[in-house]
Amino acid sequence: MILESVRNIGHKTLSIFQRVGQASIFLLHILGGIKSLLLRPSLIVQQVYSAGVLSLLIILFSGLFVGMVLSLLGYVTLVEFGVEGSLGVLVSLSMIRELGPVLAALLFSGRAGSALTAEIGLMKATEQLASMEMMAVDPVKRIVTPRFIAGVFSLPVLTAIFMAVGIYSSFLVGSIWLGVDEGSFWSQMQANVDFQHDLINGFIKSFVFGVVVMWIAVFEGYHAIPTSAGVSEATTRSVVYSALAILGLDFILTSIMFGL
Amino acid sequence: MPESIVTISDLQFSRGEREIFSAVNLVIPKGKVTAIMGPSGTGKTTLLRLIGGQLVPDRGDVVVEGKSIPALSNKELYISRKRMGMLFQSGALLTDLNVFENIAFPIREHYDFPETMIRDLVFMKLEIVGLRGAYKLMPSELSGGMARRVALARAIILDPVLMMYDEPFTGLDPITLGTIVSIIKELNQALGMSSVVVSHDVSEVLSIADYVHILSEGVVAASGTPEELRESDSEWVRQFLQGLPDGPVPFHYPASDYHQALKGGSL
Ligand SMILES: Nc1ncnc2c1ncn2[C@@H]1O[C@H](COP(=O)(O)OP(=O)(O)O)[C@@H](O)[C@H]1O
Ligand SMILES: [Mg+2]
Repeated sequence: MILESVRNIGHKTLSIFQRVGQASIFLLHILGGIKSLLLRPSLIVQQVYSAGVLSLLIILFSGLFVGMVLSLLGYVTLVEFGVEGSLGVLVSLSMIRELGPVLAALLFSGRAGSALTAEIGLMKATEQLASMEMMAVDPVKRIVTPRFIAGVFSLPVLTAIFMAVGIYSSFLVGSIWLGVDEGSFWSQMQANVDFQHDLINGFIKSFVFGVVVMWIAVFEGYHAIPTSAGVSEATTRSVVYSALAILGLDFILTSIMFGL
Repeated sequence: MPESIVTISDLQFSRGEREIFSAVNLVIPKGKVTAIMGPSGTGKTTLLRLIGGQLVPDRGDVVVEGKSIPALSNKELYISRKRMGMLFQSGALLTDLNVFENIAFPIREHYDFPETMIRDLVFMKLEIVGLRGAYKLMPSELSGGMARRVALARAIILDPVLMMYDEPFTGLDPITLGTIVSIIKELNQALGMSSVVVSHDVSEVLSIADYVHILSEGVVAASGTPEELRESDSEWVRQFLQGLPDGPVPFHYPASDYHQALKGGSL
């Protein structure tokens, strides 16, 4: 009984390592496709449209509401201490350091990552990938690499949009509804947000999340069991693993970046 | 026996625990139509994938045009594949491209031809399969038979020397079926393509094949010309070719006694 469960744990651990190894080799294969992709930038442009542009709406709306909520909650606390003029600092720091990168990445994995897993999984299930191989075209380089690259570069842009919309909507709620002084909202924000430290770190997070979300999405899709049940499981796994990876990495990156 | 294009020797292949081929030996002659037959699940598709190098045998060799496929590097394998065409069971058209672009896909990927030339090449192949008028349609707008013909046009766009057809007759209406049968014959006779047709549709296959291999339980159970096989005195071959429900190959998957099971015994 005990022996069996030990053996089970051993088995599970081994299969996790095997999968991680497999995923690493897959990532190298994807990156190997970059060189030939540079000669055909149109392939990336198409994918930027489906990964980036189609995620824009959900990013705009979420940024808008998150900014407004942040403004309301921040105000309630700050006003007790009579420092509601610092609302801009509170909102922009939480947006840039944490909420922007993390929420945009979570939304992106739900919108673009899951769609990508399903797309590649279905291409596998309908033998489109196999038929490409038989046409002497490497499906990883032709299908996966452009999608991966487009996603990795779309996420930081979406994150910037998310942050900007969130900060602006919190400004609107703060100044119009709550009566925070417009001048101190912006000037205190400028005085307290360190461009190099905060903004750059926010984008490093966002880039790392982009790589991880896309990596998981294409890996799960490409290695999905080629049936409808298999593709649906892969899509679920893609979203769940992405969310866990984003949150876990966020903790690690934050502790490194802010020197704790 | 004419020169061979594919020679498979002592091929063994397993998926997980399950051995699909234990020791397959067969030869596919150049310039002929060779049929590979066998019940569903015997590994006919798997065999085509082994020939195309998408799967690697556990033991044995697959030689195509004098090259041992399992021994090739990735690059060499891709060069060899440009000389093979495969018609997939499902057609496997790329769903985000229209008919024209699907057929042009291999050319665009491999060559830098001018647009007018690509156009001519694509329309020539579309004419062969009788779908020149459908060049603008998307795969989702095609019937099953049309999709298979488009896939066929795509498979022959680079003029392969070896053409493999995976179940080209299943699920077709009689007219499309007739068209496909005659296209396969024509490609073989006019262009001298060597063809491998995988199927379990006995009458269609026997009508076009020059040579037939029947697979069963991991080995080649019988080989010969259609005439030889029809006159075979093996009961197994006769059962397969005549489609008799029971014989040496039992109709039932092994199970417990039916009457006992109905009476509530073990299943
Ligand atoms: N990707 C796969 N993974 C595991 N088993 C497979 C896979 N593909 C096919 N098989 C199994 O291999 C056997 C042969 O399959 P296949 O070559 O498709 O048979 P056929 O084309 O003769 O019907 C079947 O039993 C099938 O279940
Ligand atoms: Mg098959």
